[in-house]
Amino acid sequence: MKSKSPNMSVEFHGPVVIATLTDEKILDEAQLQGLEGSFMPLIEQNENIQLIIEFSNVKFLTSSVLGLLIRVSKKVYESNGKLRLCSIAPKILEIFKITRLDKIFEIYPDVDEAMVGLKKS
Amino acid sequence: MTKQDNILHRSWELPNTVAAVQEACQEILKQAFLHGFSEDSVFGIHLAIEEALVNAVKHGNQSNPEKKVYVECLITPEKIDIAITDEGQGFIPDDVPDPRCNGNLYKISGRGVLLIKAYMDVVEYNDRGNCVHMIKYRQSSQGPGITNQKTVR
Repeated sequence: MKSKSPNMSVEFHGPVVIATLTDEKILDEAQLQGLEGSFMPLIEQNENIQLIIEFSNVKFLTSSVLGLLIRVSKKVYESNGKLRLCSIAPKILEIFKITRLDKIFEIYPDVDEAMVGLKKS
Repeated sequence: MTKQDNILHRSWELPNTVAAVQEACQEILKQAFLHGFSEDSVFGIHLAIEEALVNAVKHGNQSNPEKKVYVECLITPEKIDIAITDEGQGFIPDDVPDPRCNGNLYKISGRGVLLIKAYMDVVEYNDRGNCVHMIKYRQSSQGPGITNQKTVR
């Protein structure tokens, strides 16, 4: 099942929820609010959510997006869920490395590997 | 705007809104491309300007619509030189906690200054702390990252 939320599309694969970010550049307040408004109810409505956030469309983001991802991760772990990130372009991955957020997020090359990672954990 | 050979100098006095400062940001990026900066350099310049402009509007000017943001950009064959000034009280860059420390990793904010330092070759603040001056050299030998070789004052 696939659905569209502000700034992302959501696909349900059994217990796994894949949220694909749809914007190429995530910069402004409206986009951040749209994403927050999409993520938070999704996590609340799916207890023990196994969430994969897919970044293949994203070519630019700022530190505000990193803050949002941390809020999302806290919400996921509060609901005893799991979070994985995947398909992050090399330039964006560099931002995660510089800020050392690659140490707190589990990041996979693509959706398939993220799914395998979820099953193993 | 003055343009002589490959030199471009432009300055803006902007209303304190994210939309206004992003317009100036887009113009600087367009000029950086036109002046032959690489895609990787423009990516880093973009990130640094976005972070600095949002800091100026939200933290420096406290989102006060009566305040202004001043942007100055100089592009020469060697470098792009950008200064962003707000009308706030300023801050002490050394007092900003390192977001990479374990205790700060889960903090929601506080990564902008680190990213500016990582992507620009020179980053310096005035004494008051309300103006950031950043340089990216065209032949920058360094990729993004925090190293001792970079000038951060």
